[in-house]
Amino acid sequence: MNIELPSSLPREPLLNLILALADDELMLGHRNSEWTGYAPILEEDIAFSNIAQDELGHSLVWFTLYEQLTGKSPDAMAFERTWNHFTCCRFVTYPKGDFGYTVMRQYLFDEAEKVRLGAFGQCSMQQLREIAGKLIREETYHLMHSKGLVERLGDGTMESHRHMQAAVDEAFPQALGMFEKLEGEDELVQSGVFSGNDMLKAEWLKRIVPVLTLATLRVPATGQNGSIETTATPDEGGRRKDHTLHLKQLVGDLQQVYRIAPTAKW
Amino acid sequence: MVERDTILEERIIWEELGKITDPEIPVLSLVDMKIIRNIGLVDEKVTVLISPTFVGCPALEHIKHEITTRLLALGCSSVEIQTTYSPPWSSDMLDENVREKLRAFGIAPPVHATEIQATLTIPTACPFCGSLRTTMESEFGATLCKQLFYCDDCLQSFERFKTI
Repeated sequence: MNIELPSSLPREPLLNLILALADDELMLGHRNSEWTGYAPILEEDIAFSNIAQDELGHSLVWFTLYEQLTGKSPDAMAFERTWNHFTCCRFVTYPKGDFGYTVMRQYLFDEAEKVRLGAFGQCSMQQLREIAGKLIREETYHLMHSKGLVERLGDGTMESHRHMQAAVDEAFPQALGMFEKLEGEDELVQSGVFSGNDMLKAEWLKRIVPVLTLATLRVPATGQNGSIETTATPDEGGRRKDHTLHLKQLVGDLQQVYRIAPTAKW
Repeated sequence: MVERDTILEERIIWEELGKITDPEIPVLSLVDMKIIRNIGLVDEKVTVLISPTFVGCPALEHIKHEITTRLLALGCSSVEIQTTYSPPWSSDMLDENVREKLRAFGIAPPVHATEIQATLTIPTACPFCGSLRTTMESEFGATLCKQLFYCDDCLQSFERFKTI
């Protein structure tokens, strides 16, 4: 089932966008799956295994859309590219850290997903709009979970607060890298695909800063609900395929079985 | 040549699809689940339009394989499966008799709610004893489409189908 793009949509920038979405989900899904069997309590083991499975499913949906536009299979994109060909943001590639970091990363990512998928509600590409409409319902469960944990652990015991504050300090500049400008992004904005990463980042800040503040956590951002500014330096590079060795390790794990027997049928 | 005494028609295909059960909820068929959205039949070529409950559901591949195998065995010359997200699958699509089958199987049916957040506070009856003294243990469960509950009266764990 191939998709013919209307001439009003810029092909290459659109492919960049879809691949970035797929790669983000693939890597975070894999990182979350690293908690299976190891989470601090059984309920969190179940939760993060579920979230991992959802994210991997979402990456498959984006890879399938990519296939319908290019003919390249999801397996080829996930398992045959070398680590320095992925366009995920660096944020989703870092090791899972302690449970506080995992919870914080998931929360900051879930809010970005909420904003991003919500913005695709007006997308000029029909397929992208429909997929986003499906995924945003599933993502609601992730956000409910991660937000609840951030609120309870941030404003919990001294020990939990200390872990969560350390997690914000580490994760916040990394999270800003989710909004790194894509190649050809201006064309995407002009053709009504989405409103652009600067707009998404502004919306995201408006959502996360009040929640973190209420959870008694300090965030390097100032301003009121109208507009929030941050002085933190974003950890960018991922969208340009400029990654750290953490991704090399992750992709090594992710592709290990596939590379042993690329033609195996499961 | 496959010899057949019935002529392929849409009704027969719907009947066959109604015999394929969801591998994770064996009391419900793909038609009960509203996973089958539509079918199209041209000569003996059939197109099946499906809408997944959760897109990451690992049973999806099995379901597609089952649809293809069963319809080829029925005499279709080719089976094409297409996926639609428009409108997205929703637990509100489940009919009352299907909810009853879920309950009888030991899974609390999904609650109606416009906001998913609200499902956290909607009381859920234990499918075993009917008590409303139940607690949500986790928003997640053994499969993507279910959540973990505990009944404070009959002291039994159970699952609720997620509202989506």
